[in-house]
Amino acid sequence: MSFYLAALVAIIATLRVITCRVPVHALLYLVVSLLAVAVVFFTLGAPFAAALEVIIYAGAIVVLFIFVVMMLNLGEATAAQEQAWLTPGIWLGPGVLCAVLLGMLLWTFASGSTSVAGHPVVPPREVGLALFTRYALVVELASLLLLAALVGAFHVARLGEREGGHR
Amino acid sequence: MNGIPLEHSLVLAGILFSLGLAGVLVRRNLLFVLMGLEVMLNATGIVFVAAGAHYGQPDGQVMFLLVLTLAAAEAAIGLALLLQVYRKFRSLDVDALNEMRG
Repeated sequence: MSFYLAALVAIIATLRVITCRVPVHALLYLVVSLLAVAVVFFTLGAPFAAALEVIIYAGAIVVLFIFVVMMLNLGEATAAQEQAWLTPGIWLGPGVLCAVLLGMLLWTFASGSTSVAGHPVVPPREVGLALFTRYALVVELASLLLLAALVGAFHVARLGEREGGHR
Repeated sequence: MNGIPLEHSLVLAGILFSLGLAGVLVRRNLLFVLMGLEVMLNATGIVFVAAGAHYGQPDGQVMFLLVLTLAAAEAAIGLALLLQVYRKFRSLDVDALNEMRG
């Protein structure tokens, strides 16, 4: 039951992500969509993946997007824009979707069962064991990928500074 | 089994992936294109986690972790490139890149 409700919330929020005009509003709906997918993971018996979804997707990656939106808005009259963005109508959509998710969370706590949909829960311990025994090489590759992304992002972001005015 | 059928998770992932793909194809703002890519990668993660839950194995969540790593790397590089595009063209329109020659 909560799987289908969360799936519905995810689909509605994602639909709003690709139809919103203002990037910040789309980011709001993106956060809601990712939280709904985290609930889906939880109902599927994958609490570790649900926690990572909230921490890394809804936390780190969306914050990265918000930083970029903030950097792009530097030169404009941002105060009036913020005033226009803070009307209640804009917060209503994500607010209602988040309230649905909160209601599901409270209902889960009230019913007192950890496995929502009857799926066998795959605990984080098993994931960690698999990650650092069978998949140790893959973890190394992922770390290399992250290092490459770090160096690449740093280099690309500095391109304009070094080239200066010769273009 | 008494849980959620695998097909329903796959349908959800398919819908989300299609929505992300539509966002990538339809929107001309680079920021929205990157958001669509995130949604698509997220849908891929749903498939991995659903398959892992279906077979009761931790491998699905391990693969989801790798998708997460990939998404983080992609977001970092993509947003850095986006900043460069904005610095050069003063616009986030994808069609502005059309005029980039040699």
